[in-house]
Amino acid sequence: MDFLNYAFMQRALLAAVLVGVTAPAIGIYLVQRRQALMGDGIGHVAMTGVGLGFLLSTSPVWMATAVSVLGAVLMELIRWYGRTRGDIALAMLFYGGMAGGVMFINMAPTGSNANLTTYLFGSLSTVSRSDVLAICLLAAFVVAVTVGLRRQLFAVSHDEEFARVTGLPVRALNLLTAVTAAVTVTVAMRVVGLLLVSALMVVPVAAAQQLTRSFAATFAIAVAIGVTVTVSGTITSFYQDVPPGATIVLLTIAAFVVLAALATPVARRRARADGSPGDPAECVIPAARGAGEEIGV
Amino acid sequence: MENTGEPVISLRGVRADLGGRPVLRGIDLGVRRGEVVALLGANGSGKSTAVRTVIGQVPVTAGTVELFGTPRRAFRDWARVGYVPQRTTAAGGVPATVTEIVSSGRLARTGFGLFRGGDRRAVRDALERVGMADRAKDAVTALSGGQHQRVLIARALVGRPELLIMDEPMAGVDLASQEILARTLKDQVEAGTTVLLVLHELGPLEPLIDRAVVLRDGCVLHDGPPPRAVGQHALPGHDHVHPHAPGTTDPIRTGLLS
Repeated sequence: MDFLNYAFMQRALLAAVLVGVTAPAIGIYLVQRRQALMGDGIGHVAMTGVGLGFLLSTSPVWMATAVSVLGAVLMELIRWYGRTRGDIALAMLFYGGMAGGVMFINMAPTGSNANLTTYLFGSLSTVSRSDVLAICLLAAFVVAVTVGLRRQLFAVSHDEEFARVTGLPVRALNLLTAVTAAVTVTVAMRVVGLLLVSALMVVPVAAAQQLTRSFAATFAIAVAIGVTVTVSGTITSFYQDVPPGATIVLLTIAAFVVLAALATPVARRRARADGSPGDPAECVIPAARGAGEEIGV
Repeated sequence: MENTGEPVISLRGVRADLGGRPVLRGIDLGVRRGEVVALLGANGSGKSTAVRTVIGQVPVTAGTVELFGTPRRAFRDWARVGYVPQRTTAAGGVPATVTEIVSSGRLARTGFGLFRGGDRRAVRDALERVGMADRAKDAVTALSGGQHQRVLIARALVGRPELLIMDEPMAGVDLASQEILARTLKDQVEAGTTVLLVLHELGPLEPLIDRAVVLRDGCVLHDGPPPRAVGQHALPGHDHVHPHAPGTTDPIRTGLLS
């Protein structure tokens, strides 16, 4: 446990735990709405924020938060109004965000593409004290929303039309989901990087649902998987010279594969248990009736 | 059968477009307290769109929509309305149990407040009413079409609404579930619930229905007593043809103009 003696590792592990909790916590709603790749889009937009942070010599984390929240709100507005060609508008937002990031960081006196790389793929050793403070505050917001409003967000993500008839403020909740996803992207940015953050939002949820049949259990197991992979990935990258972001994502996918393999026999057993005892698995030809009832030829 | 109760739903001169094409061309539709009204018509006649203007899912381009005497835009008392959407086969991207789905209907009562013991009891009670209490902890994906429909009805009933709006509740529902649905609906009607149903055909719900409104091409074609047994009503100029049961000796009549 000698890694705990290093201050940078303490910060890195704290950040890793927070990412492990928050990314699947918001990701489950995105997966439920079938917007699994929204996190990826926000990640691209956040690059402009990081570039702007360097250019204006402000904190890249806070600047990325501001820009990705703006981008997420814009994506949600496109979803409302530009239904027909929404995908084209989103594509422009994604690649515009990426290009903006590269452009701004090259214009910045202190920036270089090497700096940008630490944000793209994560760099635990450079997580500063102020980064950790920002990550803690943002993570608290994400947990408050995803746990505190779980019933409301579940209803809106499951059936938007029905949620509207229950009187829930559907648009406000959709915007809140988008903003929370954007905040999560910037929480996870220093640990797994902008290009890999979406994996932590989606894959733990996909892995968890191999085993579950309720939303609550999926949520809990996805967060457990998230924390396990971020912490073990961080520790692995301390002992082995491997990039933490990539290690974490590969571990998550490995978790998915293992659980999917385990789930097949579980599902089979469950299917057997579900069928009522009178339900035969095969077709049964009814026994012949009494001789008197036989149909004559 | 003149009902003089207060108007619960009232559409006047409602027009609506979908994708630039007019779907409703100025329809009037009124449902009074305690009434059971069936909205009939062929596919594309605008019956689902009419219901969706009531819940605010489709914007109206002209005319007025009122719920409980309040313009729809100003209406906030959604706990009085229970809605059963047309069942879609697409489930959410994450597993959910029957209880979790039905609980979301209770948000009409709880809003952003706490979910208390009374709310949990209401969920159990709603599941019992549709005969799904034994499947409470099952994933909705493990249900048949009819069972899924019963869950959606429990979700609408769990807020104890005064008005129930159902879009094709019998579509793709097996016979056993149809009977349970008809019985559940009968209990609701006897308890005084007002019901607006979108139906493709009257079917097993026929005895419950007070009035039928038939739409064709976005216009009201018929508004009056539902066509029941032969000879019970005579609407001059109406040719009672039932396109789904040709040649039966005792045709179920929809009141469609030929």
